[in-house]
Amino acid sequence: MVKVDYKFIDEVLERFGFDKGNIIGIMQAVQEEYRYLPQEVLEYIADKIDVSTAKIFGVATFYGNFSMDVKGKYVIKVCRGTACHVRKSADVLQAIYDVTGLSENQPTTSDGLFTIETVSCLGACGLSPVVMVNETVHGAMNPDKAKALINELREKEA
Amino acid sequence: MSRDTNQPKVMIVDNVECPINGERNVLEVARNNGIDIPSLCYCENLSIYGGCRICIVEDDKGKIDSACSMLPKAGLVIKTNTPKVQKFRKMILQLLLGSHRTDCTTCDVSDTCKLRAYCHRYDVDMERFSKNYCDLPIDDSSACIVRDPSKCILCGQCVRMCDEVQNIHAIDFCYRGKRAYIAPGFSGNIAASDCVGCGQCAAVCPTGALTVKNQTREMWKMLQDPNRKVVVQFAPSVRVGLAEQFGMPATEPVEGKLVTAMKRLGCDVVYDTNLSADLTIMEESAEFMEKLNSGAKLPMFTSCCPGWIQHVENKHPHLMPQVSTCGSPMEMLGAIIRRQFKGENVYSVAIMPCTAKKFEAQRPELEKDGERLVDLVLTTQELGRMIKEAGIDFARLPESKPDDPLGDYTGAGVIFGVTGGVTEAVIRRVLDDASPDTLKTIAECGVRGLDGIKAFEVSAGDLKLRIGVANGLGNADKLIEKVESGEEHFDFIEVMACPNGCIGGGGQPPASNARKRERFDAIFKSDESCELRIPQQNPDLQYIYDNLMDGNPHHYLHIHYPAHGHHEE
Repeated sequence: MVKVDYKFIDEVLERFGFDKGNIIGIMQAVQEEYRYLPQEVLEYIADKIDVSTAKIFGVATFYGNFSMDVKGKYVIKVCRGTACHVRKSADVLQAIYDVTGLSENQPTTSDGLFTIETVSCLGACGLSPVVMVNETVHGAMNPDKAKALINELREKEA
Repeated sequence: MSRDTNQPKVMIVDNVECPINGERNVLEVARNNGIDIPSLCYCENLSIYGGCRICIVEDDKGKIDSACSMLPKAGLVIKTNTPKVQKFRKMILQLLLGSHRTDCTTCDVSDTCKLRAYCHRYDVDMERFSKNYCDLPIDDSSACIVRDPSKCILCGQCVRMCDEVQNIHAIDFCYRGKRAYIAPGFSGNIAASDCVGCGQCAAVCPTGALTVKNQTREMWKMLQDPNRKVVVQFAPSVRVGLAEQFGMPATEPVEGKLVTAMKRLGCDVVYDTNLSADLTIMEESAEFMEKLNSGAKLPMFTSCCPGWIQHVENKHPHLMPQVSTCGSPMEMLGAIIRRQFKGENVYSVAIMPCTAKKFEAQRPELEKDGERLVDLVLTTQELGRMIKEAGIDFARLPESKPDDPLGDYTGAGVIFGVTGGVTEAVIRRVLDDASPDTLKTIAECGVRGLDGIKAFEVSAGDLKLRIGVANGLGNADKLIEKVESGEEHFDFIEVMACPNGCIGGGGQPPASNARKRERFDAIFKSDESCELRIPQQNPDLQYIYDNLMDGNPHHYLHIHYPAHGHHEE
């Protein structure tokens, strides 16, 4: 769980004019900061822009890009699109699962460092297989390179 | 058909000429002309959704579209039973069955379920698709309604009812595609939401996804216990809703048969809540006159409706000091029953048109001398079930009267069942004149009718009062906004949470607007059949004040909710 800075949330709300029509923009700004949407923040926003908690929960769960689960510091997106698949992205994914000890059902490490997600296409098929770490794209991956990437990030944090 | 100069526009449905009279869609035109196009997500009182597709029809060019979202147009030709429509309709029902848990034989609402009825009506003879219904657990956290997501077909009527009519927004769609379901915020339970228990969601639910909490078993257990004295009261609206469950028209009030039926079920004593409605008027008008004379902040709001009380607590807590401290008629009669049968092993039951009363009865703030005033609330629907279960042929029952003493009531009590009724009864009390002329003047002052919001003035001597009446919590919020913005001033405001008042309560058999209009007329028929029409004529009231109140009627008849603030008692 993160410590929420409500001054920041108020600034976001201010920026979007406390307008319920901007609900998605507000949620994107919050998710950018915390990498997920904490329930307490959604409740706070709902109250401030006068929508029901049922409604804001509906919006948060409708879009695949919003997450209400805590995300790791590094969100690793492994592309499982067609081009990446034929160039063995499944092996890359498995290697990352192995080295982090994560799985489809448990996508975030307990130390809050890594979250592993699969995506359908990152739009960079020429670089396939592709892995994205937060906003950085890593192309032409293989299992060894993937393991090295994870270890490198770990060392950086140690 | 007569063709005047002002001839209506006409469209053709199944070769029948159908005049168009301002209906908002083809579906209504057809229904008004005796052709029942099926619908699962459409409700005449809600916005048009067009989601279930079951109302599809075919036009003369072979185009298929949903009748709920098709504008009526002169010369439009549609058919509702072509081979194409029949094939698609059946397919739609089969698809819906795929996302619906079909336990119809044991389902609480199998006799009123629209999905089940349509499957029968349109000859759906197999479940064609594999099941992928929502597998979440049943939510029975609420005292009033039960939510079973596995039966939800996502028609969204409950969401729109809660948003558009009630302005509560307790539930909404969440997730997407085959994972979608309807739930309170953060998938919590109903009890933790802003739900006020009005039950209007259950009234529009076409399946068993939202149902009234069934407590008939608890009632049977008490009726079968020889050591228990079961004392029952029934509300004004029950007499105009119950008969529909037995295929009888809503136009005749059935209080006489109702009393007989309850006696046959094994109830020891039966009272009519009309009695305590009379009492409520005495207390409430006294409270109002006191507020008026002492210069207290007005308007004073009525307090009979538990859905409204919860709504004030949730959304307008600052208005609570302006809400009357009078207990609801149900609670007042509950207090009287406890006093009348003091020391006896009484089980106090109330038959109500209302689901929110189930919650009200169990509120700790309403206990008197450490005792709950009403042990169990059953809705009109539940009573109907019990009568059926007992094999009683309701239509053939003889009539009886409520027990004595405490069996008297006036017409002023009866009209509590409709929006404006409490107000009309208060005016009858204040004008203190039972002459037909005065009663007629009151009836025509603007208080009657099924409009969502009514505003009018009443004068009594020097006194000029401005009164507001709202039914449906969305309308109540609109009225409050006008008061708070200073746009309008009112001295007295009546609010009933359910559209049309208690006759349209969540515990009544679900009904169309036309059916509710019949109930409305039946309530006034019952009022007019009363010998006594103004509450102060009720001889039992004196008996109550003299014998049952220990000299402290305020203690037994008034309630101080936490949000009422400090109060002397």
